[in-house]
Formats: sequence, C-alpha cells, structure tokens
Amino acid sequence: MSTACEELVDPKQIKLDEIIDKHKHSNGPLIPILQGAQEVYGYLPAHVIKHISKATRIPVARIYGVVTFYAQFRLTPVGRNLINICLGTACHVRGGAKVVEAIEKELKITDGATTEDGRFTLEVVACIGACGLAPVISINNEVHGRLSPDKIAGILAKYE
Amino acid sequence: MAENQRILVCAGTGCASSGALPIIDVLNNEIKRQGLEKTVSVVGTGCQGFCEKGPTLVIEPQQILYTRVTEEDVAEIIEQEFIKGERVERLLLVDQATQKPVSSMGDIRFFAKQHRIVLHNCGVIDPKKIEEYTARDGYKGIVKALKGMSPEEVMEEVKKSGLRGRGGAGFPTGLKWGFCRQTPSDKKYIICNADEGDPGAFMDRSVLEGDPHSVIEGMLIGAYAIGADEGYVYCRAEYPLAIKHLGIAIKQAEEAGYLGDNILGSGFNFHLKIFEGAGAFVCGEETALMASIEGKRGMPRVRPPFPAVSGLWGKPTNINNVETWSNIPHILRNGAEWYGQFGTEKSKGTKIFALTGKVNNTGLVEVPMGTTLREIIFDIGDGIQGGKKFKAVQIGGPSGGCLPEDMLDLAVDYDTLTQAGAMVGSGGLVIMDETTCMVDIARYFLNFSKKESCGKCTPCREGTTRMYEILDRITKGEGKEEDLDTLENLAITIKETSLCGLGQFAPSPILATLKYFRHEYEAHIHDHKCPAHNCTALLSYSIDVEKCKMCSLCAKNCPTNCISGDKKTNTPYVIDEEKCIKCGTCIEKCKFGAVTRA
Repeated sequence: MSTACEELVDPKQIKLDEIIDKHKHSNGPLIPILQGAQEVYGYLPAHVIKHISKATRIPVARIYGVVTFYAQFRLTPVGRNLINICLGTACHVRGGAKVVEAIEKELKITDGATTEDGRFTLEVVACIGACGLAPVISINNEVHGRLSPDKIAGILAKYE
Repeated sequence: MAENQRILVCAGTGCASSGALPIIDVLNNEIKRQGLEKTVSVVGTGCQGFCEKGPTLVIEPQQILYTRVTEEDVAEIIEQEFIKGERVERLLLVDQATQKPVSSMGDIRFFAKQHRIVLHNCGVIDPKKIEEYTARDGYKGIVKALKGMSPEEVMEEVKKSGLRGRGGAGFPTGLKWGFCRQTPSDKKYIICNADEGDPGAFMDRSVLEGDPHSVIEGMLIGAYAIGADEGYVYCRAEYPLAIKHLGIAIKQAEEAGYLGDNILGSGFNFHLKIFEGAGAFVCGEETALMASIEGKRGMPRVRPPFPAVSGLWGKPTNINNVETWSNIPHILRNGAEWYGQFGTEKSKGTKIFALTGKVNNTGLVEVPMGTTLREIIFDIGDGIQGGKKFKAVQIGGPSGGCLPEDMLDLAVDYDTLTQAGAMVGSGGLVIMDETTCMVDIARYFLNFSKKESCGKCTPCREGTTRMYEILDRITKGEGKEEDLDTLENLAITIKETSLCGLGQFAPSPILATLKYFRHEYEAHIHDHKCPAHNCTALLSYSIDVEKCKMCSLCAKNCPTNCISGDKKTNTPYVIDEEKCIKCGTCIEKCKFGAVTRA
C-alpha cells in the first residue's frame, strides 16, 4: 500500500511545496517562489500558478500579472536547450542580426519558438553582458562569443 | 627562483566563454608535473578587462600579460617563464603602432592610460576568498568608520569627496544619503541596483564577479551613515556568475563578523540579501525596482514621495548602483581629498566604461572623469577595426546619444555630455564605423524602448511605438517629407510628459542622431539611399560587365536564382532586381569585385 501512495506523490510537487514554505513568510515572496517553481517545472503551468495562489493566498490574477510582466517567466514549456541570442547594441553593431538569421535558418524556427523535436528553444535577448566578444549567444547559460554565421552549425551540433 | 609567483587567469564571463576555465586546470596539472607547486600558484580572478584578447593571464610579480591563451600553450608558458625565465613571444600583445610585442602590462596602452580605483581588485584577487580582499586593505573603510567616526562624519566625508551616482543621472551621493538619514523612521533600507539593463554595459557585472566584497563594504558604510539595518542587492538573473560570487561573499562576510548583528562589537547591525531580478529593463528605475522586490509588476510610480521618504514597504530607502557603492570604501580608506584629486571640478573620481563595437580593443576601462573620448577610443581602444573610418560613438545606452567625430575631444563628465545631447549613463561606449547606419541605430534603440516600456503612462507606451514605426518606415525607403518634423515633435512631447526616466530619455537617440546625422535621414527619405549601405531595402546590386569574368559563381550561390547569364553565348550576367532579396551573397562570392552595391 505504502509504495502505491508514494508513487502518487509527484516529486516536483514536493519540491514546489518546499520552495513555497521557504519563502511564504518573508516579505515579497512571490517572485522568488515563481523563479523556484520555474526551475522545477521548466515553465509555469496553469496548475502550478493555481497551487501557488492557494498556498500564498495571492490571487491568480495578480500572479498572472507578474508572470506576464517579466521576461524571465514563461507559460509554455521550453526545449531541452535554451538559446539566448544577444542583440544588445554591441552585438547589433557587430552583425548580430546575421547570427540570428543563421540560427533561424538552421533550426527552422523563429524568436520565441521551440523546435518540433523539443531540442532547442530560441529567444532573442537585449544584452547578456559579454559585449567585448560580440556577437554572442548563450546556450543553457554557456556563452559563445566572436560568432559568425558559419560557426553556428558546429556549435549547435554540440547540444543534444 | 623568485618567491611566490602567481598566475592570474581571468575567469570573468568574457574570458570564461573564450575557454579560460579548462586552462586553470591544465595550468595546475602542468605546475605539478614540472615540480613547481611550491613556488607558483594559480588564481582564477574576475574580469581583467581585456575581453577582446581573452583568455588572458598575468604572471606576477613581473606583470607579464599573455593573450588568447589556449590549453596547448600552457606547458610552454610554464617552462619558459618559471624554468628558463624567458617570454613566449608569440602570445604577447603586439603594439599596433610599433608592431612589436609588449610584455609588461605597464607598457600596454590599453592599461597604461587607465586609472583603476573601483577595478583595483578586479583581475588581481580571487573573488571567492575574503582573505584576498582583506589583504588588499579590504574592510578597512568600515573598520575606520565604526571605530572612530560618527555617521554624520562618514556622510560628510562622502559629500566632500564629490562622488556622484554612477547609475546614470549623476546625483551627488552624499546629498542623497542625507535625505534618507534625515527622515525619521524605525526602519530604513538601502539597496544596491545591479539591474544593469543597458545593452552594451557590463561594468557592474564585472565588479560583482571580480570584487564582490567591495560592494558589500560600500553598502555597510552607507548603512552606517544612513541608519539602515537591512539591505538588498537587486541583481539581474542574466548574471549567474555575479550572483554566485556575491552569494559566497555575503556568507564569508557574515562568518567574519562584517555582516549580521553587533558588527565588530560596535552595536551596529546590518543584514544583506540578494534579490534576483526577473528580466525587465524598467526595473533599473528606483520606484520600479522597489515594486519588484515587493513582488509586484515592476512599474514606476510618481515621485514625490521620493524613496528617501517612502521607499521599500513604505520605509525610507536609499538606492545606489554597484559602481557607486564600490567607490565608497576607497573614499573612507583614503579620504575625500585623495578622491577629489581625480576627475574634473564637478565630476570627481573615475568612471568605468564598457568599450565595445567596431573598436580594436574591446573591454572594460576605468579612467579619470574628464578624459577625452578620443583618448578612450584611439589610445586605450587602439582605434577602429579593420582600418575603417570612425563615424560615431554611442554613449549612455538607450537613454543616451550618438556623438560624431568633431565631438571626440569632449572631456567625459556628467555636465559636458548632457550638454552635447548624450549622457554618461551607465557607461556603455559603443563605437560605430562608416558601415553603421545612424537611422538604423535610432530604430534599434526605439525598438528596445518600445519593448521595455512598462505601459503605465501613455506618452511612453504609445509614443515609443509611433516613433519606432516612423523610423522603421524610413529605413525601408518609405519615409515621408514630414516625418522628421513629426519625429521631433513627438520626441519633445514624450521627453516632457513621460512618468519615468525610460520614457523621458527614450527619444534621446533620435534627437541626437537628428542633430548630428540629419543628412543620413534625408538621404533615406529624399534619395532612397542608405549612405552606410546597411538598410537592406534601400540597396541595389548590379554587375559590372567590364569586370565580370562570367565564372557563374554568383549565379550558382544566389538563393533566389535571380542572376542569369551564359559564358558560351557570351551573355553578360545580370541581376533581376525584382527577384533579388539583397542578401549580399553574390558580393561575397565574386572574386573579381564585379558585383557592386549602391
């Protein structure tokens, strides 16, 4: 019996509850809880938002307002690898747009989309602060600098 | 041989992405293999500033700089430096003027013209070790304050130093502290703004990564002067390494008794927390930042009341940015007079600039206020890449402006730049050459401001979108005669009526480019030409029959098959402009320079 019960408990849910308990009583808990939840689930599914609302007594509408305000939060799942293409000023001036084109062509998706096999999600961001190496992209927080369109295929091949 | 030699490997975000981290391991292994572990040690430091040439490493105490080092070079460096006492010439920097390799950092122009106060420890110490910070006079400023100075005296010292906020507006720091100190309250907060959202600026990231204790010490001193007992560092989530290093530093400072209750037995309490931002440029604005910490949408509110009166959770709050806080320990340690010797009459001290774009030496540079743009770009930055012609320098990010060549002898300080229609801002300097289109740059920034506008006030929400639409049309060759007047009117209205700095300064890139590069706008509108050959819609490609050898390479590579011709029948190659998508492939492929772009 006990094994059956344990199987019913979702390990992600346990982690989520831990995160909520950790922050619930501090001042301004919502953003740290949402960040933690997104780390566990990869994005913020509707049932998670509802659960957070119940546990913190913050209305769903307010949570939704916060989630849609900040660029970090997402309401749809991401691929296994997240590509952030930098189009900050330095990258823009040094040909970042050509890098975007090359990646979009290689993966056949555009900004904000995920490949059909779930391997990559593409996001254009304003600056990742590695301007000295422009143009740059980061994949799963790993920065690749001094790029040109011909280097793209080789870099993407390293990520499964 | 020499006692205690160190190899400082830059492990900041820039060099780490150029491959610095494996080099540290290989260095350690190689030192062991060559039996040098007693005399030579390896330190992974924060940003050394010379991102362009990364990964970089410095041999101490001789101060030898090696650039673009790879794992394969390690064995040779160790053997030459520590066994033979010689240099590995091919990895030294080559001076562009003399074409000779330079070994000592003091002789390298990139470093020689800098004066490092805030970056004093960056690239020199291991940021993950508090003892390396204290060994270089770290925490002496707060000790001095707590042991012998009243909070008023500390504040006076900061006022006297003439330090002004490094986040953009340049408000005198001591004065700002005073407002918060004067407000009676049972609870006060201080905040470090590390939401460095300006594209093209990365000094705050580098300071947090490379010398996090200096920020903590600055905040401690500020908290003591203001009478606050709790602080937050609001850091962008895009800076994982900065957050990690700051987290380690806070823990170490707590263990060492610099943070917590009854600090150094003085009865003064201060607790510091990190708040990870969730990605919104507008949160760099004080009231929006505080709303974000409170767990709300990060939207600014009307001031007054100013944060010094009613800030975080309604309590008096003082906010400064990373670079400002990091200046404070130096002022306390060395005194206001010492600090006042650097800079100009109204802008004291140094400023860190992120030098990027089409310049030879990209990286992080710290110079005294009052240094000219020409010195920064052509001496420290070593001029324009690929021998091209300088066109403009964009200073101050989306709130700043572009300055042309005849403004290069301007001394960089708050007031001079504001007068010229730009601003120091956070200190991003993006260099542009003749191939950069200034209308496109204005369009780029307006696209940014439009996306980042929080939507609360109408002038910013609607105005940035309308201005972007006009600029977008102009770059597509659909500009109208009246567009420039409309743009100017909109820009002035939005500047005057927006709620916060984002909207008030969003028109700056337009106003500055209209002021200095109006002819480029006119060429787009009247002649349907982009003088920089950058705006795709305005380009036309053609093949010069005289130069064409009919090799057919252009036609074979054209993605839309719009080039036709035949060598056998001696039909010259021509481009069908209707079908041409102006991708430029033909120009890249032609070996004879027969394809031209106009």
